[in-house]
Amino acid sequence: MIRHLLSSADLDAGTALEILDTAAEMATVAGREVKKLPALRGRTVVNLFYEDSTRTRISFEAAAKRLSADVINFSVKGSSVAKGESLKDTALTLQAMGADAVVVRHPASGAPYQLADWVDGSVVNAGDGTHEHPTQALLDAYTMRSRLGRLAGLSVAVVGDVLHSRVARSNVLLLSTLGAKVTLVGPPPLIPVDIAAALAPGAAVCYDLDSVLPQSDVVMMLRVQRERMNDSYFPSAREYARRYGLDGSRMRRLPEHAIVMHPGPMNRGMEITSEAADSPRSTIVEQVANGVSVRMAVLYLLLGGNNR
Amino acid sequence: MTAYLITNVSVLGAAPTDLLIRDGVVAETGAGLTAPGAVTVDGTGLVALPGLVDLHTHLREPGREDAETVETGSRAAALGGYTAVCAMANTSPVADTAGVVEQVWRLGREAGLVDVQPIGAVTVGLAGERLAELGTMADSAARVRIFSDDGHCVADPRLMRRALEYVKAFDGIVAQHAEEPRLTEGAQMHEGEISTRLGLTGWPAVAEEAIIARDVLLAEHVGSRLHICHVSTAGSVDVLRQAKARGVQVTAEVTPHHLLLTDEKAVTYDPVYKVNPPLRTAADVAALRTALAEGVVDIVATDHAPHAVEDKECEWAYARPGMLGLETALSITLDVLGPRWDLIAERMSRTPARIAGLTEHGHDPAPGAPANLTLVDPAARRVIEPTELASRSSNTPYARMTLPGRIVATFLRGEATVLDGKAVK
Repeated sequence: MIRHLLSSADLDAGTALEILDTAAEMATVAGREVKKLPALRGRTVVNLFYEDSTRTRISFEAAAKRLSADVINFSVKGSSVAKGESLKDTALTLQAMGADAVVVRHPASGAPYQLADWVDGSVVNAGDGTHEHPTQALLDAYTMRSRLGRLAGLSVAVVGDVLHSRVARSNVLLLSTLGAKVTLVGPPPLIPVDIAAALAPGAAVCYDLDSVLPQSDVVMMLRVQRERMNDSYFPSAREYARRYGLDGSRMRRLPEHAIVMHPGPMNRGMEITSEAADSPRSTIVEQVANGVSVRMAVLYLLLGGNNR
Repeated sequence: MTAYLITNVSVLGAAPTDLLIRDGVVAETGAGLTAPGAVTVDGTGLVALPGLVDLHTHLREPGREDAETVETGSRAAALGGYTAVCAMANTSPVADTAGVVEQVWRLGREAGLVDVQPIGAVTVGLAGERLAELGTMADSAARVRIFSDDGHCVADPRLMRRALEYVKAFDGIVAQHAEEPRLTEGAQMHEGEISTRLGLTGWPAVAEEAIIARDVLLAEHVGSRLHICHVSTAGSVDVLRQAKARGVQVTAEVTPHHLLLTDEKAVTYDPVYKVNPPLRTAADVAALRTALAEGVVDIVATDHAPHAVEDKECEWAYARPGMLGLETALSITLDVLGPRWDLIAERMSRTPARIAGLTEHGHDPAPGAPANLTLVDPAARRVIEPTELASRSSNTPYARMTLPGRIVATFLRGEATVLDGKAVK
């Protein structure tokens, strides 16, 4: 097993499938009256969050606690070196406290890589800037597999602000590794340069959502951050919604079996309408539940729970 | 004043000869010289070059003496074979008045290891809003001739035009940091495949090329001299090639790191590789090497940019851009150009001295020439250890790399500043 999970690129197909299979076992725990396994008893997991992300932190916290680990939540306000202790000093502090795993969310791309150099424990990237969010990709893959029965050969459309999306990067890498075909859809200024060469040679780019939908098994809508609205990536929220939003009539262009995903939190009425988000095709709530199982699997495998 | 007899040394790759340095000049050359009382330096196997001249050095004093001082930077320069460096204006306070440039100039004199020629800011506080008192800096003891807002682009075309025109009165030159600021907001590295993979905001090549294109047209329009700092892209080379063919008075520099390293270095997120302009692609490196050999790019300049540990041991996005260069520049140029000593002298000494108006520098070691020269051991190879560098900072991108060539001795106006590879003071 790998020591850190910093990028979906760290996962070969075998390792990724091992995590998904382990997550399926972990999911059975959630159905029990006592939702707890002793696997990580006596191990310490630190949730080091430099960004407010209640959803992700709670998901990791639940995962670690269900494995009986001791959990320390360490939230750092502010994001620049000028505002407080340096990342390195924080890392040395965590090292001195004997953290077995550090789950890190950070606004700067690459911060988990540096952290991994400074601590002996395992580092799990829980979202770094506009780089990656590999456990989100794993829970998305898990959700697709449990709904559609397979990953290889699936056509997945990832729609929206790919440029700033760590979810998109991690998904393109992981889904390509697992044999799915990814098409990135969005207004051209929000599709980064050389994306296929950078991440996955098989990935395609299309600027026309309507033409992609009939061939898609999965459509994954990305959140559009408010601050992009006034920065000339597209003219207006209304035009964005008209061209790239998923509403009921667009949803009906999908094949019968296709599913609708969103990593949350959603801007209802912007990238997705309530009709689409709340439809039976939508997996949005399942994704949250699956997140705990997948993060349990990641912590379990990284901390060698299977070797004890 | 000590006299030095350098024996059996190859001047710019020619057959070995002896060089007698006395009273600040090269007194005599020829085989079998004798000079009673002179200190003998065995030049066997060494190549004598005119002392190197750096058009682009950040000495950090005043303001960030924790990262570098005029003295420590001067020592690094001497050890790198330099006899003159041009100190960039982005200090704190900014070198935008006669007072600050004279202070830096005086500190350079006191250190006495290289000639420190201050560069003046083009605009007050590097703010890009109104011209600094360029003429007063030119008339000061520091005799400023190069003006640059380096670190910032003089982005306002009207202000740039006025600056180019104004400095003609005292044969000044504007050195432009070519970076269209709106195209590089939040930029962290070269925009391309790697920035997409790493999720770091891209610094597109066009942001440099668009400003160079504009400025060569402005320089042509007003008939002024223009210098372009740290050219980093193949497209910039094309723009310069066309401008020079038209007769525009433009010169350009390339840094050693842009001749050697590519954006692939960013994949570890180690901010030692963060620099502005950013490391580019292998195709850009190849174009820059060709341009340097051909003279489309006129000179190598270091952009020596020392930074304190805490400004580099942090998240990439929060790290300051820049890398050390003075002590490794000759090695990298030698690596890139090969032992073409006349070409190296042209790109690292004669031409930069001419651009800067440093009349005492850039002269080949010949009888009567000012004794500003350096001796290189081209056969030596050395492993770069950051902690062994003379700079107060250690942000070298070449750590643990083996590089060719070693500076054995440097002479400034006939006085040794480096002997046996060690700084004299």
